[in-house]
Amino acid sequence: MRSPSGRRGPGNPSAEQRARRAFGLLVLACLTIITLDARAGAGSPLSPVRSVVGNVLGPVETATAAGFRPFTDLGDALRTNQGLRKDVSALETENARLRQQAATQPLDRKRLAELDGLTRTVADTGYSLVAAQVVAIGPMQSFSRTVTLDAGTSSGVRKDMTVLNSDGLVGRVISATRSTATVLLIVDSDSVVGGRLGTNLEIGFLRGRGSAGTDGRLDLDLVDNSVVPSKDDVVVTWGSKDGVPYVAGIPIGRVESVVSSPRQSSRLAVIKPFVDFTALDVVAVVVPKGTQGDRPVLTAGAPR
Amino acid sequence: MTALRGSAVGALVCLAVVAQVVVFRYVAIDGVVPDLALVLVVVAAIDRGPQFAAVLGFAAGMLLDLAPPADHVAGRWALALVVVGYLSGRVRQDARSSAFTAVLVVGAGSFVGTSLFAFSGVLLGDGAVPVDEMLRVIVTSVLWDLLLAPLLVPVLLWLLGSLRPARERALHESARVLG
Repeated sequence: MRSPSGRRGPGNPSAEQRARRAFGLLVLACLTIITLDARAGAGSPLSPVRSVVGNVLGPVETATAAGFRPFTDLGDALRTNQGLRKDVSALETENARLRQQAATQPLDRKRLAELDGLTRTVADTGYSLVAAQVVAIGPMQSFSRTVTLDAGTSSGVRKDMTVLNSDGLVGRVISATRSTATVLLIVDSDSVVGGRLGTNLEIGFLRGRGSAGTDGRLDLDLVDNSVVPSKDDVVVTWGSKDGVPYVAGIPIGRVESVVSSPRQSSRLAVIKPFVDFTALDVVAVVVPKGTQGDRPVLTAGAPR
Repeated sequence: MTALRGSAVGALVCLAVVAQVVVFRYVAIDGVVPDLALVLVVVAAIDRGPQFAAVLGFAAGMLLDLAPPADHVAGRWALALVVVGYLSGRVRQDARSSAFTAVLVVGAGSFVGTSLFAFSGVLLGDGAVPVDEMLRVIVTSVLWDLLLAPLLVPVLLWLLGSLRPARERALHESARVLG
């Protein structure tokens, strides 16, 4: 199958030869780019290109997500009055039950307050938050669990900031452009979070397994090998200096099971995260106090 | 005029990449979405041949590597898609004969592309996941692409066909009549 141009002299290569040449050149280009990016690490020559592409495609992603939102919200709009009434009565019942619990279990509340006081220092109370929406999720084919937020440096969001939602810790910001930020989820296999067990305050490191589905789990390695984590114990962030990249006291998950591996002579606790990573929508980025930006900064606790 | 056609193809690539991370996340199976960019490259190979597809694969792959929220080493998707574009361009004569073979080529391309990407990750130690998880992701994405190929291939063939320069289109038509 040779095209008519294939019978020209050596000066005029055939289509097949040209394709082969182009293929060779492009593979070489790819290998060069991979080498440059993999070797250089943080100071990669690709990072300016990355931020330019992010600056251009980020807003496109945000706009597409906004344009697509009416379709995903359609489920809510189609609910009947009857259904809403049912929801209200269900919520009222639940509210009453929770109220009762809160009233009858002051002991637990006291313990919780104590624990809170232990795990958080005074300076840590009252985080400032910037709310953002998840507009894009990296495909699993890329084997890294990252999402794009619609808030960037113009809202005060910068690299190495903690991202959480109402359930618990989501991840940390690994790069930010003017209007978007990329977040590494804690279930990613590259993510390591310092964690603390809620009951005995033992510290350890949580590593993601790379899967974000309903079976997404974290592995907890305790620093002290003699400690046995108990099932259903809550793990919170341990926090690092100046809250970079994780602030202290954010709930991460619950101990699901404890496996002892004979090879490492240590116990591995499997943590089920509180956050449902398949249904991420509204999240908050922890920003330093007094951050100024183009969107409102929420401060934890009631304004006084 | 060619610049206009080029930018139209570029817009198509951008659309595929953005739709992959924004729109298709709502239907993702355990985080695996259809590889729209890969399907586009395979269809371009069937329609235009290996050289065009390899260049398009490079462009689409770089965009996948650099657009947020990508975090892996840049160039990995580009390498995978260049190979996919070139290989499917080599079998284009068979793939053009029937829609069924075109769908099969998409499936094979999807397998080669995701496997190459996974393999380069293992080599570089970039985003390592257990092998069983890797295989599950590859199989799921091949099934996704096979599922969507019967819908996407005719649409993309028509789109790329209408973006073809007039002179080449005439050649193409005559080749189809002759061949």
